[in-house]
Amino acid sequence: MNDGLDDVRAETLTHCNDSIDLARRARLHVLQMVHHANASHVGTCFSIADILAVLYSGILRVDPSQPQHPDRDRFILSKGHAAAVLYSILAESGYFPHTFLGKFCDDHSPLAGHATHKDVPGVEVSTGALGHGLSLGCGMALAGRCAATPFSVYVALSDGELNEGAIWEAAMFAGHHGLSNLTAIVDANGLQGFGTVREVLNLEPLADKWAASGWSVAEVDGHDHPGLRHAMTQAAARQKTPTVIIARTVKGKGVSFMENKLEWHYRSPNDEQLAQASAELEGAS
Amino acid sequence: MRNALIDLLCELADNDPDIWLLTADLGYSVLERFAERFPERYINVGVAEQNMVGIAAGLALSGKRVVIYSIVNFVTMRCLEQIRNDICAHGANVVIVGVGAGYSYGAQGYTHHGLEDISVMRALPGLDVTAPGNCLEAEAVLRVAMQHDGPTYIRLEKDAGASASLPLKDIERGRMACYREGGHAAIVATGGMLGEALGAAELLERDGLSVAVWSCPWITPLDTATLDLLTQRHDVILTAEEGVINGGLGSATALALANVAAKSRLLVAGVGEVLSVPTLSQTSARNYHALDAAGLAARLLSVCSGHEVSDLLG
Repeated sequence: MNDGLDDVRAETLTHCNDSIDLARRARLHVLQMVHHANASHVGTCFSIADILAVLYSGILRVDPSQPQHPDRDRFILSKGHAAAVLYSILAESGYFPHTFLGKFCDDHSPLAGHATHKDVPGVEVSTGALGHGLSLGCGMALAGRCAATPFSVYVALSDGELNEGAIWEAAMFAGHHGLSNLTAIVDANGLQGFGTVREVLNLEPLADKWAASGWSVAEVDGHDHPGLRHAMTQAAARQKTPTVIIARTVKGKGVSFMENKLEWHYRSPNDEQLAQASAELEGAS
Repeated sequence: MRNALIDLLCELADNDPDIWLLTADLGYSVLERFAERFPERYINVGVAEQNMVGIAAGLALSGKRVVIYSIVNFVTMRCLEQIRNDICAHGANVVIVGVGAGYSYGAQGYTHHGLEDISVMRALPGLDVTAPGNCLEAEAVLRVAMQHDGPTYIRLEKDAGASASLPLKDIERGRMACYREGGHAAIVATGGMLGEALGAAELLERDGLSVAVWSCPWITPLDTATLDLLTQRHDVILTAEEGVINGGLGSATALALANVAAKSRLLVAGVGEVLSVPTLSQTSARNYHALDAAGLAARLLSVCSGHEVSDLLG
């Protein structure tokens, strides 16, 4: 099947032309999911929600009804701990029923706490150990650029994840080989396990590091949908270099008491917090 | 062995445009023949094994069949989590070739002694673990691996000889191969220990012991049916491997025999729980660990003699 993907993208654009609303609905799903499962990582899901919403609203050339289409663009959530928001976006996009979301982390549910490909249409690879996704993306990009119908590869990374040496092995590789069909997006929320990125292991000057490895670099507000869309569109048009979009984000974005709070990497909302957070997100519509 | 393997890979790649070869900057004077014939399908990723495994998995998940190449320790343990998560969890069609197994790099120090790879790779789900004993076995293993749906680890060292005595039809995925018949005992050897096992059998013949020799190219999946048969035929089975005994061929065999009512006594020859001696040639290291023909023969002789004594007493 080599037909239909362009049409699908156009339909997706029409269907999800309000990526802001998609992100809002995804955040609401995530709240229910982490509350249901008493799971962590709500903060990291909220920081990347807008990035994923834009990606799945017309940037990725995919067809939810044909998730294994060989010509599809590939998306890898290298920061696999943000699985809940990826699942939410995929369900909203039609990859699988919303009922999956209600069983997040239940026994024998396909939806595990870290991104899991098995029995989950739309999840390309299982991730969760940090530092794996960019290398996988390099391999897919190599295959994509010599495919009969070339495809693009997008990899979402966290900023804490950039501590991993393997990321820089892959960054050097992609730059050296000019993998222009590869785009990395760093969800730079500035927080990691024990504190701020600046305190734990300073990454700055981050843009310079990527540029020194041969990447084109864009820095954007990771919650600004038009800005994200512009950067992603520009990345897709590049012919010689891979692109990294450093998306400056706020951990816990959208819920006042979660924003920029390290503890919301770990905590799960109680009933009262769930109600308040939901009200704030509902009010954002 | 390396040359035979790459020659065959070139032959296979001639007929399959999806075959790729990656190296982490090792294989000088070995890989050039592939690189020159298929430059668009050959990548030296640089000294970066973790990245190599991820790239290989990404290619394989996009429809390619990928062979990755480096020295045993670097291509198994440096990138262990990538093999576990990126290759095994996805059933990616990647063939991991590790060269310089066991004490191949004997005098080159601890870092280059490839002794734990079988144990570590055996623990990974869905991964075939192989250690061919000679070029013929290596070629057969590669042919199987390149057709198999799932990943394979191929552990290479020097050719242990005896290719001429092996009918090709005897090598199938997960099968052991018989190189010598015998009645008193059987040696099950993997990798280069095949040569030492055949040498031991010859030595023992002079002492009146008739010893069968089997090669075990596939440690996973293990040929449990043949092992079961050997327990019915022989009083003593000796496994031989140039690697640590914790988790290796001997451990796998013990586990297999624990599940059947085996009457045979199992002996396990390998490297014990000691830090390897940093400067010993492979020959000297085999002698030091009693893994050479004389060491294996002495081990079997003492036990088989003991059996004879107890039989008389009984």
